[in-house]
Amino acid sequence: MTLDRRSLLTGAAATAAAAVAVTAGGAEGAVKTAPPDAVGLLYDTTLCIGCKTCVVACREANDKKPDTSNSNGLWDAPLDLNGQTKNVIKLYKEPGSPVRSYFKAQCMHCVDPACVGACMIGALQKREKGIVTYKKEYCSGCRYCQVACPFEIPKFEWASRAPLMVKCELCNHRLAEGKLPGCVEVCPRKAVIYGTRDALLADAKKRIADHPDRYRGYKDGDAPRVFGETDGGGTQCLVLSHVPYENLGLPALEDTSQAVLPRSIQHGVYQGMIAPIALYAVLGAVVFRNKREQDKAGGAE
Amino acid sequence: MYLDGTSDAESLHVDVEGSNRRDFVKVALMAGAAVGLPAALSARLAEAAVKGVKPSVIWLHFQECTGCTESLLRSSHPDVAELILDLISLDYHETLFAAAGHQAEAALKKTMKDHEGKYVLVVEGAIPTKENGIYCQVGGRTAVDILNDVAGKAGAIIAIGSCASWGGIPSADPNPTGATGAPMVLKGKTVVTIPGCPANPYNLLGTVLQFATLGTLPALDEKGRPKFAYGRTIHEHCPRRAHFDAGRFVQKFGDEGHRQGWCLYKTGCKGPATHANCSVLPFAEVPDAWPIGIGHPCFGCTEQTLAFRKPLHDTVDIERPTPPDTYAPLHAPMGKVAPVATGVAGLVAGALLGAGWAASKKFGTAEEGPSKEPRKEA
Amino acid sequence: MSAVLDRPAPLGGPVLTKGTRALVVLAAIGVAAMIYRFAAGLGGSTALNDGYPWGLWIALDVVTGTALGCGGYAVALLVYVLNKGEFHPAVRPALLTSALGYSMAAVSIILDVGRPWLLHRVAIYVNHWNTSSALFEVALCVMTYVAVLWVEVSPSFLPAWKSGPPGLRKTLGDTFLPVIEKALPFVIALGLLLPTMHQSSLGTLMLLSGKKLHGLWSTPLLPLLFLISCLAMGYAVVVFESTLSSVAFRRPREGKMLAGLGRAVAPFLWAWAGIRLVDVAIRGKLAFFAKPDGYVLLFLVEMALVVAPAVMLASPAKRANAGNLFRAAMLMILAGALYRIDTFIVAFRPGAQYAYFPSVAEILATVGLVAIEILVYVFFVKRFPILTGAEPAHAAAASQVR
Repeated sequence: MTLDRRSLLTGAAATAAAAVAVTAGGAEGAVKTAPPDAVGLLYDTTLCIGCKTCVVACREANDKKPDTSNSNGLWDAPLDLNGQTKNVIKLYKEPGSPVRSYFKAQCMHCVDPACVGACMIGALQKREKGIVTYKKEYCSGCRYCQVACPFEIPKFEWASRAPLMVKCELCNHRLAEGKLPGCVEVCPRKAVIYGTRDALLADAKKRIADHPDRYRGYKDGDAPRVFGETDGGGTQCLVLSHVPYENLGLPALEDTSQAVLPRSIQHGVYQGMIAPIALYAVLGAVVFRNKREQDKAGGAE
Repeated sequence: MYLDGTSDAESLHVDVEGSNRRDFVKVALMAGAAVGLPAALSARLAEAAVKGVKPSVIWLHFQECTGCTESLLRSSHPDVAELILDLISLDYHETLFAAAGHQAEAALKKTMKDHEGKYVLVVEGAIPTKENGIYCQVGGRTAVDILNDVAGKAGAIIAIGSCASWGGIPSADPNPTGATGAPMVLKGKTVVTIPGCPANPYNLLGTVLQFATLGTLPALDEKGRPKFAYGRTIHEHCPRRAHFDAGRFVQKFGDEGHRQGWCLYKTGCKGPATHANCSVLPFAEVPDAWPIGIGHPCFGCTEQTLAFRKPLHDTVDIERPTPPDTYAPLHAPMGKVAPVATGVAGLVAGALLGAGWAASKKFGTAEEGPSKEPRKEA
Repeated sequence: MSAVLDRPAPLGGPVLTKGTRALVVLAAIGVAAMIYRFAAGLGGSTALNDGYPWGLWIALDVVTGTALGCGGYAVALLVYVLNKGEFHPAVRPALLTSALGYSMAAVSIILDVGRPWLLHRVAIYVNHWNTSSALFEVALCVMTYVAVLWVEVSPSFLPAWKSGPPGLRKTLGDTFLPVIEKALPFVIALGLLLPTMHQSSLGTLMLLSGKKLHGLWSTPLLPLLFLISCLAMGYAVVVFESTLSSVAFRRPREGKMLAGLGRAVAPFLWAWAGIRLVDVAIRGKLAFFAKPDGYVLLFLVEMALVVAPAVMLASPAKRANAGNLFRAAMLMILAGALYRIDTFIVAFRPGAQYAYFPSVAEILATVGLVAIEILVYVFFVKRFPILTGAEPAHAAAASQVR
C-alpha cells in the first residue's frame, strides 16, 4: 500500500512539475496586438446629430428588416442591438442638465476579442484587416460569445428555429467591393469615419490635442482620451466623446484583454497535451496495478 | 404656381393668336419643368411644337365621371388651351368637342385612318365587361369593342384615372357591370396607367409631352405607372411626415392635434400604402387641394386594394418603417422575473429539500438489517 | 438472519411501483416541455435573453449535473488510485449515477444550444478547433466522458446480454465484453483524467467574462475550486444515492462505508472553503464586506453551506449517524449547486438592465430529466447487477429475470 501511495505521489508530483513548466512557457506571448492592416471606425459624439441614417443604411447594407416590434408596426425603433439590428443610436441625457449625447453602438472589433476566445469552433474570428467576422456554418448556437463580450454586442436570433448570432462585421462584404461600410457612407456629418486603426487613432489624438476641453475621459474629471486605445486590450472601433465614457454605458475595462487569462490557462496546462498524457500514463499504471491486485484478491467485478 | 401660394399664372397665359416663338418656348419650358423634363428636352418640345409637328390624341370616355378631364381643365402648366391648340392635336374628345353624334364619330374614324400607328390613345373611365359589355355603349358599339378597335392602331395607350387604370369606383363591390381597367381589357399591350381619383393632370401632361418630344414613354413600374409620379408612397413625401416621426397623431377629428395639423395616420390615412405624388405636385396649383391638405386622411385613390375597398378609417401597414424621432435608451431593460416561474421553482426546491430533510430524520443512528462485512484491504 | 451477498446482483421486482409512477408523470411533463422548446424556439419557451444567454439548463443541468455526476470519479479515485477496496460496493452504483448524470447533461446541451444538429462539427472539424476556448475543451471532454462512463457501466449488463438469447444484444455482448474487460483499467484511468480536465475547465469558462463576474467569485483559482468542489459533490452524491436506495429498496445500509466516504470528503470541504477565503483576502476583495449587499450575503451562505457539513462530519460518532451523514450530504450538494448557479447566473452581471429567472418550461424540462434519470437508475438496479447487499432470495429471483 505504501508503495502505491509513493508511486502515486511521485507521479502526481512529476505531472504537476510538467504542468508548471508548460504553464510558464504557455503564458508568454498570450497578449495580442492589432494586425498591421487593422481597420476600424472612429465615432465622435461631438459631431453626431442623431439622425439615424446610419441605422437605416446598416439595415439596407446587411439585408435586415426594420424592427417594428416596439412600435406596433409604425417605426423602425429597436431599443438595442438585436437579432435584426447591427447598429443603433442611443441617447444619453445628463440628469438635471441640457447636456445630451448620442451614442452609436456596434461591434468594437477588439484587438483581442473575448468572443473569438470563446468560440469553440472558430465561427467568430478575426479575419482580414482584423475585422471580427462570423461564419454561420460552424455555429451551433452555444452563446458563449455573449457571455464573453464586455460590450454585450453579439445578439441571438431568439425567435428563430435555427438561430444565428448577429453583429456588425464592418460591412466587410462591401469593403471587398471597394465600398465603405454602410453607416460611414451615409453619415452627413462624418461623425463616424472609416480608416486604418493607426490613422484613426492619430486623428482622434489630434482632435483631443486641438480641442482638449471638448472631449472627456472615462469618468467625470478624467483627462480626455480616446476610448478603445487600450481598453480591453484595445479595440479597432474608437470613440471620442464630450461626456464621460462611463455615462455612455461603455464598460470600465483593464488594459489587458479578458481573453488572455483563460487562454493562458488553457494553453499553459494543455500545451501539446503533455500534462494530460503524462497524468494519464501515471493513472493508467496505478489503476492497472491496483485493479490486478483487487481482482486477484476479491473476484468480484 | 409656386408652393407658397403665389402664382405666375397670369404671366404664363399666352394669348394664342398673338403668340410668338419666344412665348412658345417659355410655355414649353414651364410645362416641361412642371413635370420634371430637363430644360434641354423642353426646348426640343418647343421646337417640335413650333414646327407644327403635333401628336394626334384620341381621348375615349367610358364609365367615368369626367373628373379627370375636369382636373386637366384646371391646370395651367400649360393650360388646356395651350395644350390642345399648340402642343397636341386633340382629334377626338367627347367633352371638349363642339361636335356630336355622327360628326364626332366621323372625326374618330378619320383620325384613326390618317394617323394610324401614331396617335396617342387616352382612355378615361372603366370598361364594363359583364354580358358582353352592354352596360356602356357609344354610337351603338360597346366600350370593349371601341377600345379594342382604337387601341389596335394606337402608337401609345394611356389610361388616365383609377377607373381606366384598374376599374375605379364602378368596380367597387359588388361590381354589377364587371367594370375593369384598360390594361385588363388590352392584355399584352403596354398601357401607361395614371391612376388617381381624379388623376393628377401633370402626370398625364408629363407623359404626353415626353412621348410628343422624344417618342418614348417614361419608365413604368409593374402596374404601368410612370415612376416619376408613382415611385414613392405619399408617406415618403408627406408634409406631415415630421409629425408621424415624432408620434404626434390626430386621434379624433376636431381635436387639438387636428387643429395643429398633425399626422392623420391613426384616422386611417392610406398614405403609407399609396403610390402617388399629390403631396409634391398640387392639383390645380393649389397646395392644399388634396385630402391631407384639408385635414382628411388620404384614402388611397390610386390603389386598387385600397380605394373603394378598405374602409376609410382603417389603418394600413407601413411598407418601409423608418426610425422615429425618439431614441433607444442607453440600457434598455431585457428579461423579467416571472412570478409563476418563481412560484414553481420555489415549490420544487422546497419540496425536495423538505422531503430530504424530513426523510433524514427517520434514518436514525443504527444500521437496519444485516450488516455487511466490509471488504478487507489487500 | 439470511446471508447477504457480497457481489452486485439485480434487485428484481417491477420498475413501475407506487413511488415511480409519480416519476413517470414528471418525466412525461418534462418530455412535453422539451418538445415545446423545439416547437416554440428558444425565445418562445425559455426566459433566456441576450444579457443572460446561459440559464437554468447550463448552470443547473450541465454544470451542476455533471458535478453531481462526479460520484464515479470520486469513488474511482479512492478505489483504483488509493487502493481502498472497502469502497468497492460503491463503484457500480456511482458509475451508473454518473453515466446518467452526464447523459442528462448531454441532453440538456442539445436542448439549450440554438442549432444542436451542428454540435458534431465541434468534434470533427479538426482544423477549426479553437484550443484557446475552455468551452471547446469541455465539449470534447464531456462527449468522450459520456461514452467512457457507459463503457465503465457496461460490465453490468453485457454479461446478461451475452448469456441471453441470440440477437443484437448477444452479438454486442460477445463482441465487446472481452475487449472491455481487458481494457478496463485504461478506461478507468481515462475516466479519472477526463473529469479532472473538464470539471476544472468548467470553472475557467466564466473567467472569460472578465469583470462581468462579481469579484467575490472571479478568481484565477476558479478551475481549482470547481475541481475540489466537484469531488466533494461526488462523494456527497454517493452517500445520498446509497442511503436513499437502501431505504427505497429495503436493502441493508452501507453505514460503515458511507462513514468512510464522510471521512474522505472532509479535507475537500476544508480546502474548498479555505482556499476560497484566503484567495478573497489576498486579492483585496474583503473590501466588499465593508458594504454588505446581496452578493456578500450570498458569499457567506455559500461558505456556511461548505463549512457546516465539514463540521457535521468532524467526528466518527457523527459520521456513524446515518441521518446526520445524509443531511451533510444534502448540504454539500446544495453548496456545490449554489456555488455553480451563482458563478454562472447570480453573480454574473451583464448590466442592471438585464434580468433572468428560468421559465416554467425550463424548470419542467429539468425536473422531467431528473425524473427520467431516476427511472432509468431504478430500471438498471432492478435488472442488472449494480447494487450489492441484496438478499439471496432477491438475487435468486432476479437471476431468473433475463
